[in-house]
Amino acid sequence: MELTGAQILWQSLKDEGVDTVFGYPGGAVIDFYDALVNYDIRHILVRHEQGAVHAADGYARASGKVGVCVATSGPGATNTVTGIATAYMDSIPMVVITGQVPTSLIGNDAFQEVDIVGITRPCTKHNYLVKDITKLERIIKEAFYIARSGRPGPVLVDIPKDVTNSRTLYKGIKDIQMESYNPTYYPNTKQVAKVVGLIKQAKKPIIFAGGGVVLSKGSEALTHLARRANIPVTASLMGLGAFPGTDEKLWLGMLGMHGTYRANMAISDCDLMLAIGVRFDDRVTGKTDEFANQATIVHVDIDPTSIHKNVTVDVPVVGDCRLTLEALNQLLDAEDPEEIGPERREWLGQIQKWKDTNPLKYDQQNCETIKPQYVVEKLFEITKGDAIISTEVGQNQMWAAQYYHFSKPNQWLTSGGLGTMGYGFPAAIGAQMAFPDKLVVDVAGDGSIQMNIQEMATAVQNKLPVKIVILNNQYLGMVRQWQELFYKKNYSQTDMTHAPDFVKLAEAYGAAGFRATRPDEVEAVLKKGIETPGPVIMEFMVSREECVYPMVPAGAPITNMLLV
Amino acid sequence: MNGDKSILSILVDNEPGVLSRITGLFSGRGYNIESLSVAETMEPGISRITMITRGDKPIVEQIKKQLNKLINVIKVLDFTEQRHVLRELALIKVHARSENRAEVLRIVDIFRCKIVDSGPEHYTLEVAADEDKLSALLNMLQPMGIKEIARTGSIALVREMH
Repeated sequence: MELTGAQILWQSLKDEGVDTVFGYPGGAVIDFYDALVNYDIRHILVRHEQGAVHAADGYARASGKVGVCVATSGPGATNTVTGIATAYMDSIPMVVITGQVPTSLIGNDAFQEVDIVGITRPCTKHNYLVKDITKLERIIKEAFYIARSGRPGPVLVDIPKDVTNSRTLYKGIKDIQMESYNPTYYPNTKQVAKVVGLIKQAKKPIIFAGGGVVLSKGSEALTHLARRANIPVTASLMGLGAFPGTDEKLWLGMLGMHGTYRANMAISDCDLMLAIGVRFDDRVTGKTDEFANQATIVHVDIDPTSIHKNVTVDVPVVGDCRLTLEALNQLLDAEDPEEIGPERREWLGQIQKWKDTNPLKYDQQNCETIKPQYVVEKLFEITKGDAIISTEVGQNQMWAAQYYHFSKPNQWLTSGGLGTMGYGFPAAIGAQMAFPDKLVVDVAGDGSIQMNIQEMATAVQNKLPVKIVILNNQYLGMVRQWQELFYKKNYSQTDMTHAPDFVKLAEAYGAAGFRATRPDEVEAVLKKGIETPGPVIMEFMVSREECVYPMVPAGAPITNMLLV
Repeated sequence: MNGDKSILSILVDNEPGVLSRITGLFSGRGYNIESLSVAETMEPGISRITMITRGDKPIVEQIKKQLNKLINVIKVLDFTEQRHVLRELALIKVHARSENRAEVLRIVDIFRCKIVDSGPEHYTLEVAADEDKLSALLNMLQPMGIKEIARTGSIALVREMH
């Protein structure tokens, strides 16, 4: 069957099972948009290409599928870079299609020309410039294969306009094999047996779960392992939801700079750390020399470059997290339970003591202004922990991580690695597309929300009932917190008093807006906002100088915590 | 940069942009490239990059893993610990006035170089050698006055065991 390049693109996407695409048309991709009408694919017109990439990212994180977005050449393509880098840092499977000027004009500084393949080389898992239409079908097939396999990541395909509108035979390629790309999925059996031996011997073991557990769909296997072997679990920001956050006995809370006291103390005291699908980010380890220096460290990761990169480990296991956890479970299940969970009473008791002495806390009762933590806790209560939560970046993100307790994977969407302000709202739009009937809430700050606020129009146009909770402290809160603690309260350029009236702004876009200024209004506004159909902004005027605690100063050992 | 020298031989797809993926990896992650040479292999579509890099063991391990992670990299071989032959090609244009022409020719003879161009005041020498020999040669030629030099960077292959 002979098709145009544009038709090959959509047909290939159909064959990959893609049903939703986020994008923004332009001259170089106009043929794609012309051909789109004949294909049964939903296209969400965003208001900025950055919104398209974050939406595809949110779609991917919530659904576990590959997110797809389209942008035109030049400025359209460069606007995708922040979103691509965000997805790259968090290993999110994504295919980004960009238009390019005709091959005859490439290199001539043509109108809306930019070397997007060159620009995105360091922040994509791989990228392509399609110079020959006969290669288009295979390249798109490869792009999906690379994006979703191994350690997932974004792949960009740049397609010149003449490739889009010339014709060639569509073959319907089924399978892809690539000589130079063969991820290792199954762990070495000897290493797995060694880990089981260590689990049996350990007196003070701990599991440190990361985003890899979520990406590999390994949280069930992880939960089984932890409960079977009686091992407490902590997680990185990206690993939240990998283990039930409501498990009173084994869940320690998040680890690292804004982690819980018990998690940071336990990591520093443990004798065995099972680090699964993590990359030992500096926000987690603090000073690496003093990170878990009592422990034998087992590190499971599908990406060999993650191992020994930041922290030297004792037992490296290269493999898919889920498959490795299942292999561990298989061996552990054959063991006598008495033997594999040897009395860990002392260890769990010590952890409980840490929890009791320094729990996560804030004081709303003696405060006339709204505490941001209180808003998040109420949100958790009202939604029964069942909402998909996306966040912006900064204090709002950390309070959401600390006070919304995630019980399932794929309900927590946050820019962990890159820390991209403006991520949360478009990501929520993407998640809502994947799950039209679920409650999706973006927890935002007044600074971050203004970075992609234009997507209100996208939400309204597509009737996406995304809820936005703005914790408005009229500051760039996290930077202000650092200025307060480490820069002698020199609040240089972090005052955000000049902001739009967010309630009116919601209304201007055709959405609903509500505001709470007193603690006793919080619950009512949350309930009303959630019950109101369509997109809603809920603005909470919170204590201006509230800080995120605990906090470990950057570069300090993680036991060196500022507690209040 | 600290650490030992490593000789990496990298087989890659012969495609536009592959070299910049590799050099971009090095610059982006702060690794060091001491020398680099690239050419097609016998197999169409596959090129061999020979690279000399420097770093302590964990860094070199990380470099190899990062290279392997690139989609266009087919294989990364480390020749450092293996018996290998290593050569670099150099063209050296050296001053040769009448009083020292004989001296240059003697050095050429000792080092088994070839004269590929000569003029009233210069010779151009071609030499394929490892780094030690090349620097010894340059030391000998220095007093005569080296006008210009072009070097390829090292290439290497593992020695077959008999």
